[in-house]
Amino acid sequence: MLVLEHVAMHYQRGRDILPVLEDISLQVEKGEFVALIGPSGCGKSTLFKLIGGLLTPTSGTIWLEGQKINGHTGHISYVPQHNSLFPWRTVEGNAALALEVSGMPRQQALQIAREWLPRMGLAGYEKAYPQTLSGGMQQRVSFLRALLSPQELMCLDEPFGALDALTRLEMQRWLLDVWEQHRRTVMLVTHSIEEALFLADRIYVLSQRPARIIKEVTIPFNRPRTPATMALPRFIELRQEIHALL
Amino acid sequence: MRKFIERAGPPLAAILVLLVVWEIAVTIYQIEPWLLPAPTAILREAIQSHSRLWVHTRATLEIAIFGFLLGAVVGGALSVLLHAVFPPLRQALYPLIILSQNIPIIALAPLLVVWFGFGMLPKVLVIALMCFFPILVAALQGLDYPDPAMLDYLRVIGASRSQIFFMLELPNSLPHLFSGLKVSATYSMMGAVISEWLGAQQGLGIYMRLSAASFRTDRIFVCIVLIVALSLLFFGCIAFLERKLIHWNPRKEGA
Ligand SMILES: Nc1ncnc2c1ncn2[C@@H]1O[C@H](COP(=O)(O)OP(=O)(O)O)[C@@H](O)[C@H]1O
Ligand SMILES: [Mg+2]
Repeated sequence: MLVLEHVAMHYQRGRDILPVLEDISLQVEKGEFVALIGPSGCGKSTLFKLIGGLLTPTSGTIWLEGQKINGHTGHISYVPQHNSLFPWRTVEGNAALALEVSGMPRQQALQIAREWLPRMGLAGYEKAYPQTLSGGMQQRVSFLRALLSPQELMCLDEPFGALDALTRLEMQRWLLDVWEQHRRTVMLVTHSIEEALFLADRIYVLSQRPARIIKEVTIPFNRPRTPATMALPRFIELRQEIHALL
Repeated sequence: MRKFIERAGPPLAAILVLLVVWEIAVTIYQIEPWLLPAPTAILREAIQSHSRLWVHTRATLEIAIFGFLLGAVVGGALSVLLHAVFPPLRQALYPLIILSQNIPIIALAPLLVVWFGFGMLPKVLVIALMCFFPILVAALQGLDYPDPAMLDYLRVIGASRSQIFFMLELPNSLPHLFSGLKVSATYSMMGAVISEWLGAQQGLGIYMRLSAASFRTDRIFVCIVLIVALSLLFFGCIAFLERKLIHWNPRKEGA
């Protein structure tokens, strides 16, 4: 589905060059849930901007379904780090945004968004403005917007980073539920080891900047996963193993 | 309503005190009415001449509103043109537009009279010239600087240039546009009065001039009060429209 081949990226700051990504190679299969984990500032958001086509890699190639997409936008569905909901659009209008961009008539897009909102736990909030909702609910709207987006690959950039611990836990379970029902291809960026272990099929561990992949972990736990998964001895072992790397 | 009293109370009280002190001072020191008429004398004059005042007010209001509307349309259209339709035009035109604001209106006005005569047109043009600039600058600000994260989002999911314009830049510029409209609404009354000094049959500006020539200071004061009140009213109308149109801004609670 998605393949990164020796992707490197540096930012130019005046005369200075800031190397951010150094030789990243990875792949994501269709229907797979892959987590990227790495310290803050190592270049995780930069990697998504490369895949999303906002930036062009300094070297290396990004392939999506056999097509080279270096610097091409429009190929992924995206949950940005800050939810970036549009304040002048209602909840349903925000959820319908990606569908509208893809060319669907507005009324039809809104209709689909309205049908989905109850399944996201947002029934009754169709006409509310996002800035009147709690952080967790805003994140659900942002997630639904990406879920309705027609692209197969969903990139989630620390979607729960700004939430408090309890809401975060609740949202992780919610995301797991939704994903286990719909099985889209997902790339999740996070700096929480537990989150990655709980949600993903596979984890790439990134180093400090300039980031390299220092380990790839295939997660053995069966689905559907439950909070009890987090108490398994293997879970705790893996957590410590990854923790030692960071 | 209580909020309104809390906010408007103190300045209103201050004005009232000022008026009372003014009235008393004029009476005690027996100041000549052509120098400084008492507030009650001004009020009396306003009531006596209300039908004539209405004729002049209407003439001024007419050119102020036409000038403002023309300025708003030109300012708004120009902002979209410079931002979205043909950006290279911007490098060529923007300096000229800024230059146009540095030409003193007083110098330009007689020129407009030479070209367009003494009718409504040159006056409306003067007002429009004063009004379009704040609107243009404010609207451009909103069009040029949308939230970068929202812009990134739209680009990642493949939005076209025109989708970005209609979904992000245009709604983002609305609140800015209204700041510009409010500034211009205030200018437009002032502009109307100044433009009437070019020569006019009717209007508060011309009435003021005639009153000054015949030392009717009370009439000048009536005009000033009217102009201030109309400016405020105009501003209030725009603010009202803003609240109706920009419904997404979180309201202050408990109003
Ligand atoms: N546009 C930019 N120009 C220059 N440096 C940048 C830019 N964006 C990010 N950086 C730098 O690149 C590094 C990685 O940023 P980022 O990808 O946002 O990290 P992460 O998402 O892993 O926290 C940081 O040190 C950041 O300061
Ligand atoms: Mg980041």
